[in-house]
Amino acid sequence: MGWDIIIGVSLESLINATMIAYALAAIGLNVHFGYTGLLNFGQSAFLGVAAYGLAMTVATFGLPFWVGIGVGLLGAVILALLLGIPTLRLRADYLAIVTIAAAEIVRLFFRSVSLSEWTGGSDGLQAFSDDFYAMNPYGSALEIGTVISFDARELWVMTVGWVLVAISVLIVFLAMRSPWGRVIKAIREDEDAVRSLGKNVVSYKMQSLILGGVLGSLGGYIIALSKAAVQPDTFGTEFTFYMYTIVILGGAARVFGPVVGSMIFWFLLAFINAVLPAAITAGYIPTWLMTTTQAGAVGYIFVGLGLVLLLIFRPQGIFGDKKEVMLDGR
Amino acid sequence: MAADANVPPGVARARAALKDVPHQPGAKKPDAILVADKVVRRFGGLTAVNVGHIEIQRGAITALIGPNGAGKTTFFNLLTGFDKPNEGDWTFNGSPLGGVAPHKVARKGMVRTFQLTKALSRLSVIDNMRLGATGQKGESFWQGLVPALWKAQEQEITARADELLARFKLDAKREDFAGSLSGGQRKLLEMARALMVQPDMVMLDEPMAGVNPALTQSLLGHVKSLREDGMTVLFVEHDMDMVRDISDWVIVMGQGEVIAEGTPDTVMADPRVIDAYLGAHHDGTAHDPDEVAAEVEGGKSHE
Repeated sequence: MGWDIIIGVSLESLINATMIAYALAAIGLNVHFGYTGLLNFGQSAFLGVAAYGLAMTVATFGLPFWVGIGVGLLGAVILALLLGIPTLRLRADYLAIVTIAAAEIVRLFFRSVSLSEWTGGSDGLQAFSDDFYAMNPYGSALEIGTVISFDARELWVMTVGWVLVAISVLIVFLAMRSPWGRVIKAIREDEDAVRSLGKNVVSYKMQSLILGGVLGSLGGYIIALSKAAVQPDTFGTEFTFYMYTIVILGGAARVFGPVVGSMIFWFLLAFINAVLPAAITAGYIPTWLMTTTQAGAVGYIFVGLGLVLLLIFRPQGIFGDKKEVMLDGR
Repeated sequence: MAADANVPPGVARARAALKDVPHQPGAKKPDAILVADKVVRRFGGLTAVNVGHIEIQRGAITALIGPNGAGKTTFFNLLTGFDKPNEGDWTFNGSPLGGVAPHKVARKGMVRTFQLTKALSRLSVIDNMRLGATGQKGESFWQGLVPALWKAQEQEITARADELLARFKLDAKREDFAGSLSGGQRKLLEMARALMVQPDMVMLDEPMAGVNPALTQSLLGHVKSLREDGMTVLFVEHDMDMVRDISDWVIVMGQGEVIAEGTPDTVMADPRVIDAYLGAHHDGTAHDPDEVAAEVEGGKSHE
């Protein structure tokens, strides 16, 4: 078995662009779910709107890259307003229902045949990232030993991605230790108590929805730019559920939770996805039990099993406080 | 009672002001902080609240009593903006408050507590308190990102919160999660947190419910001290001992309407009140006040 390749792939997934995109998305979701208690099941829509905002502006309408970034961010803010205005006055479960539906609407909108002239339909869009890679200062690939290698393009996306992660973490850290964050966390505990103390709860929930949506949309840029393409089915519902897994794994309402959660999630997935096919090829796992084509699906089963065990033995996640989880909700 | 030389100034002031007020529903008060007119709330075919006219005296402790289903909590929810009336208007400190959102009601100086205590479990006790302060600069998102803009105000708020925590004997629990407090301590915290808003009027929804006897006296003391500080208190309560002990004025609701008003002793002797509590089968003949009080207290035990 080629252990050096397996280890190399696993270590790369600790810091690569996919992990960064999920970390950014989960940082945003953590603002919604972890801090404010908003059940947003449509976080993937924020990433989709930002990614397509960039791709369509540049590839379809031929406008500059930075205009595309602006359009994507504006799209995320508008999506938050569209989701929030009708639902935030209602009970929490309504937001969950509306967001899960909205995320599907956004995905189906981008892949619809009648709009394919602008969105590329199910094939998506390419050729919007040239300006981004033209800014790439790296000339050559990075090789660490023989096991880890990132080419110059990957390095550039990762550099930008990690800067965005750092900025996002800093914003969440500063916001959540401020009186603003105190109101946000209080809303998670009991909205009516916060209302009775003179705070405009609906306004705070809307601010949280916008902040988390905008932070999540940064993940959409990273996905789009690292692949130099956007496809509608990238932004499906399962994306949002992986984000929830990451948030809970890292510890909800913890500043670094989503980043470390994303690292662990992708490390485990990459490791299992590399080990299983290698073990089958080497004959350690008999083919009547599992073939290399089945190994991918089995990988997700193992990740799921690992997460179940983690939640049984450490329900507060990596950074969480056990005492906090054990308190009754009200 | 009034002849007692040890009566605190707040009690004397409140009782003197209410001395000449007639004992009848909708009676005019010499200095009303809250005046409500024709407040109606219907749930489908049921009229839960139908209050013709009501005035609450400033600086006094007024009890709102009545049997279960009389509409006390619904009326509370209407006054504090947590529910919307079908009809009706009311003014607080002279400004109209009918149909105003709850957070604006609180900012006007009318703060409530809840029958089921709402401690913010996963916030520390001191953060619960700090949250109560109004007009915080750091509660706006952008200003919150820059600690220099709100640090001084935060220290001032924390000092005020610590003072209140000491007064309510919660200072030892300062850093604990509010969710780890006992039921009675949560009631205390909720009341202390309401005071952080610096209200003119405090609305307490069953402050004694679920509080063990050891804490009852201290809670009573705190409610009385609000009056000494010049605040107006309106509270819903089933515990008749408490009502008699601390209230200057009692308003009785039955089936959504105000059926009687007066000082605790006269109200508890009122045949309409006894009817409301014990049902229409009661003959309603004249009673010795102590006997009546005993019956009214008996009435609460079946609730």
